[in-house]
Amino acid sequence: MAAATGVVSEQLRRDVQRRKLFDQLFVLLGMTVMFAALATLAILFLDLVRDGAARFGWDFFTSFPSRNAQRAGILSAWVGTSLVMLVTVAVAMPIGVAAAIYLEEYAPKNWFTAVIEINVTNLAGVPSIIYGLLALGLFVYQFNLGHSIAAAGLTLSLLILPIVIVATREALRAVPRSIREAAYALGATHWEVTAHHVLPYSTGGILTGMIIGLSRAIGETAPIITIGALAFIAFLPTPPLSAEFPYVNFTWLSDPFTVMPIQMFNWVSRPDPEFQVNAAAAGAILLGMTLLMNGIAIYVRYRYRKKINW
Amino acid sequence: MQSEAESAPFMPATDVDTGILPIRESGRGALQISIDETRRSAAQNAPIKARATDLNFYYGDFKALKSLNIEMREKQVTALIGPSGCGKSTFLRCFNRMHDLTPGTRYEGSITLFPDNIDLVARNVDPIEVRMRIGMVFQKPNPFPKSIFENVAYGLRVSGMRSRVRIEEEVEKALRNSALWDEVKDRLDSSGLSLSGGQQQRLCIARALATNPEILLFDEPTSALDPIATARIEELIATLREQVTVIIVTHNMQQAARVSDYTAFMYLGELIEFDQTSTIFTNPSKKATEDYITGRYG
Repeated sequence: MAAATGVVSEQLRRDVQRRKLFDQLFVLLGMTVMFAALATLAILFLDLVRDGAARFGWDFFTSFPSRNAQRAGILSAWVGTSLVMLVTVAVAMPIGVAAAIYLEEYAPKNWFTAVIEINVTNLAGVPSIIYGLLALGLFVYQFNLGHSIAAAGLTLSLLILPIVIVATREALRAVPRSIREAAYALGATHWEVTAHHVLPYSTGGILTGMIIGLSRAIGETAPIITIGALAFIAFLPTPPLSAEFPYVNFTWLSDPFTVMPIQMFNWVSRPDPEFQVNAAAAGAILLGMTLLMNGIAIYVRYRYRKKINW
Repeated sequence: MQSEAESAPFMPATDVDTGILPIRESGRGALQISIDETRRSAAQNAPIKARATDLNFYYGDFKALKSLNIEMREKQVTALIGPSGCGKSTFLRCFNRMHDLTPGTRYEGSITLFPDNIDLVARNVDPIEVRMRIGMVFQKPNPFPKSIFENVAYGLRVSGMRSRVRIEEEVEKALRNSALWDEVKDRLDSSGLSLSGGQQQRLCIARALATNPEILLFDEPTSALDPIATARIEELIATLREQVTVIIVTHNMQQAARVSDYTAFMYLGELIEFDQTSTIFTNPSKKATEDYITGRYG
């Protein structure tokens, strides 16, 4: 009897061990793939940092581009990028969130909204150059915005709208039905449930989606070139804030501009190897900006998850 | 090894043959019911608060409630019992028009609320208005991820109360009435989610009580709670009887027997039997009711 039990448990142990081997194999495979991806990014980043090391310094941020590689900086580029991003947020956030609220909370479930939903998802896959061409025809010529910060911001907000809408809808959907019911049961209207509960509780997810969208937009080059951003620009747009009344102005919206990736592209295409150093430095900074934004997105999500766990 | 005798049915076969109700015997699954005569007559004399007349309810083509006729008496606790899927929660949710949130649902017949004589399920009565008069506590505690204070204040704010002082008064009153005040008075600003499950459910009761509802609906309020938290909620419901009409759906027969004055037994969308709780649990007139409360199915 005892011997038989020993045989059975021996058999069992071997069987379990063989099955657990697959577990370990999968973990190994997953780790390898993940590290390959991370290492590629890390090597790229470190390579850029090493190549551009000579340029890092305060001067690089405060100088305009110049024919002299040593003296050339990214002032106009990072200011341009910041202002374009400002317009992008200001346009994409309200429209994207409103569209998502409508689709998720209000739209009746019929074929028409199904078509809209499918197309919103499809739009996320449209090549960015197509958005550039659309913007060139619509914003630059039709609306007569010219090669301006406003045109670029509108273009990029079109580009990231699908990302914002999809992320917002997911965040709204994550608010449990029981919470909505609790609010309805107290006599709240549809709008009150949305504005007092659903929207505030999904802020973390919405902000995350917005930041991910922005970090996509910040690196976009093709549509910005298409609408005619300048590659070499040695002046800044009008400052949006000023010391005297009315303190805020919007003339900067119609100013010409350049952005980080275009500045970088411009330097890469120069024959002088000194400019390659500038390009590498600008690349490292652009990558750093993207990583920083993603870092903020992760932090925001973490903060809200901690505050609200259903 | 189990013997034949041990695995034999719980009830002696003679019960069915002779028609002697097992619950009248001592022991064997009988619920100990203490009959309080003053409560019985008080329950009988209480005015009617709501009356369902030929109430049918449909999810699409499925008829979930079949011509229910029942009266709920004022400041009494009415328990709805029955096996899963019998329609007791569906019936409960008719009272505050919760079904209006699901497309494709339809009411027929009426639920009249007294003394105003308005039909709660009528198409021309706004569900928002109904829900402001009839509160609800759900199966799982569902506090808002806001502060304890804001949870209770929400219903007041929705109903248009603006005065900070008034709101503070009402919040304190509701928290006292739901036996939570002493536990939370020093941390009204901390999140409702920081409370324990039982406290969260009492917070939800306070939230529903704050707007002074005429009827308070409980949808299996203790099914997610441990026995101690359950006992506290049951005590609370017993005291709530003094200020509000209560309708409670429960799976737990002991709970129905403990907290309610009236009990309705439902099965397959129909009301099988409705009477004073002490009668239902000691002397039910229908065989199906007897079978259910003695645990033969359900």
